[in-house]
Amino acid sequence: MSMKLKALLKSAWVFHLSTGSCNNCDIEILDCLTPRFDIERFGMLLVGSIKHADVLLITGSGNRKSMERAKRLYEQIPKPCLVVAVGECALSRGMFIHSYNCPVPIDKVIPVDVYIPGCPPKPEAIIAGVVKLIEKVKKGTEKKSSV
Amino acid sequence: MTREEVLCDLRKKFKDDIIEVLDKSPKRVYIEIKPESIIQVASYIFKDLKARFNTASGVDTRYHMEILYHFLIEDINLLISLRVKLQKPKLEIDSLSTIFEGANWIEREIHEILGINFKGHPDLRRLLLPDDWPDGVYPLRRDYKEWDKNAIRDRGV
Amino acid sequence: MAKTIIPIGPYHPLQEEPEFFILTVEGEKVVDIDVHIGYNHRGIEKLSETKTFDQSTFVIERICGICSTSHPFAYTRAVEDIIPIEVPERAKYIRTIIAEGERIHSHLLWLGLAGHFLGYDTVFMWTWKLREEILDVMEILTGNRNNYAMFKPGGVRRDIKSEDIPVVIKKIDSIVPTLEMLKKAVIDDPVIHARTKGIGVLSKEDAINYCALGPTARASGVARDVRKNSPYGAYDKVEWDMIVTHNGDVFDKLVVRVLEVFESIKIIKNCFLNLPGGEIDANIKDIPPGEGIGHIEAPRGECFHYVRSDGTNRPVRHKVRAPTFMNLPTYKATVIGEDISDATIILAAIDPCYCCTERMTVCNIKRKKIYSGKDLIKLSREKTKILRNKMGVK
Repeated sequence: MSMKLKALLKSAWVFHLSTGSCNNCDIEILDCLTPRFDIERFGMLLVGSIKHADVLLITGSGNRKSMERAKRLYEQIPKPCLVVAVGECALSRGMFIHSYNCPVPIDKVIPVDVYIPGCPPKPEAIIAGVVKLIEKVKKGTEKKSSV
Repeated sequence: MTREEVLCDLRKKFKDDIIEVLDKSPKRVYIEIKPESIIQVASYIFKDLKARFNTASGVDTRYHMEILYHFLIEDINLLISLRVKLQKPKLEIDSLSTIFEGANWIEREIHEILGINFKGHPDLRRLLLPDDWPDGVYPLRRDYKEWDKNAIRDRGV
Repeated sequence: MAKTIIPIGPYHPLQEEPEFFILTVEGEKVVDIDVHIGYNHRGIEKLSETKTFDQSTFVIERICGICSTSHPFAYTRAVEDIIPIEVPERAKYIRTIIAEGERIHSHLLWLGLAGHFLGYDTVFMWTWKLREEILDVMEILTGNRNNYAMFKPGGVRRDIKSEDIPVVIKKIDSIVPTLEMLKKAVIDDPVIHARTKGIGVLSKEDAINYCALGPTARASGVARDVRKNSPYGAYDKVEWDMIVTHNGDVFDKLVVRVLEVFESIKIIKNCFLNLPGGEIDANIKDIPPGEGIGHIEAPRGECFHYVRSDGTNRPVRHKVRAPTFMNLPTYKATVIGEDISDATIILAAIDPCYCCTERMTVCNIKRKKIYSGKDLIKLSREKTKILRNKMGVK
């Protein structure tokens, strides 16, 4: 188990990236930080620069102009990293599937580890999703170590 | 000025420019004018009648390309829509952004999604579409076809 | 002096939607600004033409998550303008209640973020905590925190249950004292005065020339509010005041928004008090050929929809004009001539639907120094700190 992934289980730093979403998922992500949900008590922190991040939260339907930038940002994130797709648009582009400006789903461009469905997912769902992600990492590493 | 006075005034002043007046409801009036007189009529409505420019909407119909310029006179709650019909394929009209700044962006948008050329616009760069969008493809035209061979349009199930 | 180009965006802490600003600066002063948008363009106008009139409301709702009432409201009014038809009284009141609830949460969201950029994270946490209460109210009334799906051409989809009303009124009443406290804390704060008064002034002439809308225009002394100018819904049946201030700076925009929250609370309570009985849906069957316009006052200004029908069950053309589309170009009038450290709050002052923490880099080509988005916020916060020390405020 790499040091990075081990550290991730304790305190995941999150970078949030919107690729042409309607803001709802983005606001619900910010909502997680505010007093009612307060995910900082679990050691999660929203960071301003991709170079500090362990987890990439990605929202939106994969707009042509912003996917170019998203690809570049994904190259800059320190590996190993985890990617979480938040919201229906990021999962399958939802009702924007036939839009001329959203040609490919996000997971065909960037490998995604956890999908959080919902339009928008509630803050509780986002927190539950991140917790599942941590469980997934734990299980994955246990398997590896047992083999 | 009341609603009737405004309409009378417009009819009298721009007798030769107005093609048709459609008095739809107490709050909505559609006035069709000649494309070449858009500057005079629009600047009169904006400056003298103190109307607010709402937006412009371009519509692709079978033989024409229509542009509707929506103005709202707030005091009497009257929405005037100036309609111009541009004969295809010559899609050109004078730019309104020389009269008021508010028309700048909407003309850029119509230029890129419908391919109408605005003469005298200070900068007709792309506003919404990506840089690698092919030239001459206008997404809101009737004859728009998918051009991107790599696009995936099914959900994979 | 040499000019430096500062790119802000497309991913940066000011807007949650990616947008790209190119600031040209001479020393500390901003001399030019260019705005690039399109990172959020999803072709909704085209998509809407492939859906039926009823389905379109759901697409339209997802134009913007914060204004998820305003767009369906304007769209349904445009469709009703084609027929033309009046919606039942009860539906009008329900629509007004939902729209005002949205205005409260949108303005609180803005206020929190404005505080965040000025270095007042306390304001950010307080307002967002209050905002949760309003979202709870919306959840009780509609079933969801955002994207309410309450609107349909001809009326509303769901009724408000009479047993919910006292709960909702109690909840709204419970946030008023905290709001009063916040209002005093924000409006009377000397440091906020020093940071926002006289900054980013949009003159009345410019507001008219750029066709600015909503609180941005009202702060510059242009009494422009669709709710008053061309009343719709139940706005002409309840008592409320239009808030207009005259300086056009960031502080006035803040005051307008804070006071509007109180007006919205007044409207909601009045609506509940006078809520008539009866039908909630006019049951529209067919949409005749024709064209219609619907415009309403969204939290950020007038939202404008133009719909054309050819007699089938799908719109032929659906034009959407969001308020920020008209307000964004006013940056040219407000940012130029100001310091870089003030640029963040001026860019935020029109409330361009922004929110999240993303990436912003500032490259000073000459000194080869790269500022991150954090540094720009830091710059803004340091200015507040210096001012605070100067004034002796702790």
